[in-house]
Amino acid sequence: MKFTYDIIVIGAGHAGCEAACAAANLGSQTLLITMDMNKIAQMSCNPAIGGIAKGQIVREIDALGGFTGIVTDKTSIQFRMLNRSKGPAMWSPRSQCDRAKFIETWRSVIENTANLYVWQDSAVSLVIENGAIAGVKTAMGVTFSCKAVVLTNGTFLNGLLHIGKVQLNGGRVSEPASYGITEQLVAMGFSQGRMKTGTPVRIDARSVDFSQTTIQPGETDYHKFSYLDTPAHSLKQLPCYTLYTNEKVHQVLEKGLKDSPLYNGQIQSIGPRYCPSIETKIVTFSDKTEHQLFLEPEGESTTEYYLNGFSSSLPIDIQLNALKEIPAFRNVHIFRPGYAIEYDFFDPTQLRHTLETKLVKNLFFAGQINGTTGYEEAAGQGLIAGINAHMNCVGGEKFILHRDEAYIGVLIDDLVTKGVDEPYRMFTSRAEYRILLRQDDADNRLTEKSYTIGLATKERFELFKQKQTWCNEITEFIKNYSVKSSEIDSLLLSVGSTQLKQTTKLMDILLRPGISLQALIEALPSLQEQAEKITNRKQEIIEQIEISAKYEGYIARERLIADKLQRLENIKIRDKFNYDDISSLSTEAKQKLKRINPETIAQASRIPGVSPSDINILLVLLGR
Amino acid sequence: MNPTICAISSGQHQAAIALIRISGEEALRMCDTFFVAANKAVTLSTMQPNSIKFGRIFQQNELIDEVLVSVFKAPHSFTGEDMVEIACHGSSFIQQQILQLLIQQGCQLAQPGEFTRRAFLNGKMDLSQAEAVADLIAAQSASSHRVAMNQMRGGFSKELAVLRDKLLEFTALIELELDFSEEDVEFADRSSLMALATIIQTKLASLARSFEVGNVIKNGIPAAIVGETNAGKSTLLNLLLNEEKAIVSDIHGTTRDVIEDIVSIQGITYRFIDTAGIRETQDAIEKMGIKRTYQQIEQASIILWVIDSTQVNEHIDWMAERIVSRSEGKKLILVFNKLDKINEEECRVLELLFENITAERLFISAAKHQHIDALLHHLHQAAAIPSIGDQDVIITNMRHFQALTQALSAIERVQTGLSTGLSGDFVSQDIRECLHYLGEITGQISNDEVLGAIFSRFCIGK
Repeated sequence: MKFTYDIIVIGAGHAGCEAACAAANLGSQTLLITMDMNKIAQMSCNPAIGGIAKGQIVREIDALGGFTGIVTDKTSIQFRMLNRSKGPAMWSPRSQCDRAKFIETWRSVIENTANLYVWQDSAVSLVIENGAIAGVKTAMGVTFSCKAVVLTNGTFLNGLLHIGKVQLNGGRVSEPASYGITEQLVAMGFSQGRMKTGTPVRIDARSVDFSQTTIQPGETDYHKFSYLDTPAHSLKQLPCYTLYTNEKVHQVLEKGLKDSPLYNGQIQSIGPRYCPSIETKIVTFSDKTEHQLFLEPEGESTTEYYLNGFSSSLPIDIQLNALKEIPAFRNVHIFRPGYAIEYDFFDPTQLRHTLETKLVKNLFFAGQINGTTGYEEAAGQGLIAGINAHMNCVGGEKFILHRDEAYIGVLIDDLVTKGVDEPYRMFTSRAEYRILLRQDDADNRLTEKSYTIGLATKERFELFKQKQTWCNEITEFIKNYSVKSSEIDSLLLSVGSTQLKQTTKLMDILLRPGISLQALIEALPSLQEQAEKITNRKQEIIEQIEISAKYEGYIARERLIADKLQRLENIKIRDKFNYDDISSLSTEAKQKLKRINPETIAQASRIPGVSPSDINILLVLLGR
Repeated sequence: MNPTICAISSGQHQAAIALIRISGEEALRMCDTFFVAANKAVTLSTMQPNSIKFGRIFQQNELIDEVLVSVFKAPHSFTGEDMVEIACHGSSFIQQQILQLLIQQGCQLAQPGEFTRRAFLNGKMDLSQAEAVADLIAAQSASSHRVAMNQMRGGFSKELAVLRDKLLEFTALIELELDFSEEDVEFADRSSLMALATIIQTKLASLARSFEVGNVIKNGIPAAIVGETNAGKSTLLNLLLNEEKAIVSDIHGTTRDVIEDIVSIQGITYRFIDTAGIRETQDAIEKMGIKRTYQQIEQASIILWVIDSTQVNEHIDWMAERIVSRSEGKKLILVFNKLDKINEEECRVLELLFENITAERLFISAAKHQHIDALLHHLHQAAAIPSIGDQDVIITNMRHFQALTQALSAIERVQTGLSTGLSGDFVSQDIRECLHYLGEITGQISNDEVLGAIFSRFCIGK
């Protein structure tokens, strides 16, 4: 048993697990402290990974050598590629997972990672010497020393649960909260706030009349999260079910509003607007007579279901009576009610892009402590914090992803530049270069970068290179091959496309609406011969070739703008100005620029309250 | 602290009066070291701001000049700093002496555009206004002056900012629809989005079109003078320019290359282009010249076809074929030259001969200056510049035009996308692109290249 490590990660949620694995895989001696080893990577809320913008993040984590994608694939009980009818930038993978197996699989990943150690305990304070991290003290009276700490406390810091008028201390239902660290950080000058989130009721499937619901099956095609050849869709695949509330349900809920912690003043902190509780929905959208709900299975072999859309902190009897007004739930039995939770977070503008705090050297924050919500957002931050904690220990280069490289880059830049005023969830609209951040090409964007620092494994890198080679070869072939009308006319006819008058480049045919690459492969023997060279993950690769070709115009135009603005990303301004001395800046701009001390002109331009004319003033002062 | 700067602001050429400008905290103190007011009790530092004093400038005890000095106090000056303007006599010796005196006091010579740059930094003007200052200084005609003036008052960026705000609302709706596509949220209907796109497209298109007008106002209307060799084209050019720009001789093919110059006539700037005469020739150099003549016809807005009234023959059809075919959509004016050498009967024959060509026509004598007023009148009509009101927004800047063109093609893709039911993420990308390019013009999107370009357009001292 060692009491000295390079890096200590406090909290084994989605952020903590990725942080610990990244640091350990890069070679740092890493200790992961968790209050409960049976709840590693617990899905505190819905039993699903991915979704719009979040699925893209998981693909990025995987491309970088993280494990969320692999664990999700292994424990998936339903997979869907959302938004297939929209452009490829919107395609978003999402999986329902078996919650128990998710924990088990993550735990096995951690236990099989070299350099990674686990300690079950609660951290109560940080040891800080000369403004830098030196160790961690635990509730059991152990002091560990280390060079860097990653704090990933989730909702545990001073967590307070609300169910109607009942208030319970805890980090999750029936799990104790954590105390001490917030107070220590605040005393050191960190600015702290409170946030609120909530979760819905869990239902026993044996008490549900499924005939009153609509079945929503999954897909079992070639899509999955991980670029590695790890198993997917191996568990029993289960459907979800949709159903609706009605006016009777709303009437019951309304009766409970006077006892609602959200409406009687019991909860003051801000919750996520885009993930409202059912009571908020009936108040805000009082003209709507029904709201859609989803019943999501919690596992392959459990009768527990999660009722998505019915998050609530109303008293138990109100929740239950309201449910009973829904035909499918006439005889419902619930395992536990929905509840709200308030917890501490720290203003993320106190962080650098590496997620290291500006105040304490080698102290990193990741996940809900930064005011975000979502497993994927947490895991992405954890990965970056883990990498940079390692880099700090070995004196390596900072590892920062840019806004045109990854949703994770957008996420972290938003956090450290703009701060948060409600739990931050990723949306595709937060990315200005959406078409460059597609789920299909996360490996193109990130795998080499991660391999260079030694995180992505050789196996992953070689698979990626092989895929790239196939993509390039076939793309070249398509660009150069000329098609005669006799070769292709029957295909063109079948999709109602105009016949060829002269030989035409294959690429021009592929660009026609309604023509898929797969159809061309089936029609043209010489192309088929090319495609047969692909011996692994053929459909996925063909899909990527098709996306890159068909949307090249959009991709190129967005790339042009990204590259243009990249110039501003390269103009470093940290510590170059005394903002108080620039009389022409607005007062608000001065304050914000001083507080955030942006790294580059581009970052400065994204700070709310800093206007374009403020930026122009800085540029002119720089002699540009 | 910014150093105090000085420069001669009145241009390089010799004139009766010159203006030297000084800006910065030390401006008044520095000038007091060598300026003695007529009323000796007064110094620049103590005198009433925004007023003018007469006095003398001494170098040690030697009188350099008698001058008028204006004093402006921060922030009520062009740059927003303390400023002094010395109006001295135009001798370059005097100007240099005064600059020397200032430099001895620690004053620095201004960089190009530095006065405007300081005005910008001190919040006296925004970027597009600063940009307009350069245009204003360079304005050569009444209309280009008015366009620059409009821009300096900020009308241009305001109009675009309004468009951009509308678009932002637009994109917010589509983004909402995309990010919540799995949930039952209601969104704005496509037809109202389409209506908005159409309004924006119309505005952008008209702004982009105004560039043509703006360009003409700024750079002059291109008017090509074409015709057979020895028809008197160069004589006409010299007459219009009021100087001997082109070599005139009786030898056919004297003008072998294109000669052009800008002149302002009745408030309109023309760019007259004299061209090599068109004829069948074996001379390689002359052939090249004729090829360029054709290019000039294609690029011009007005074509003055000069015809030697004394030399009309069947060759005319050959000429007409070459000139008229290239003049489509342009203003073609037939100028029958050498009126002094033909009689009325011959005039009528000529008119008959050219009956089938659709064009304005008139008889002149370039050599004897006959009917030149009529020619100018025809030119004025052909120029047909819409009158520019005080509020009209006209694009004159190439950078603005390029960004507008990009914005326009993006919004047109939005329209196509909406009408063909293109997925919202693409529509949204096109909208974002449009927003980006509009932002580049209004300065809502910063671009360091643009800043560099704007302030480098100034000569010293502006």
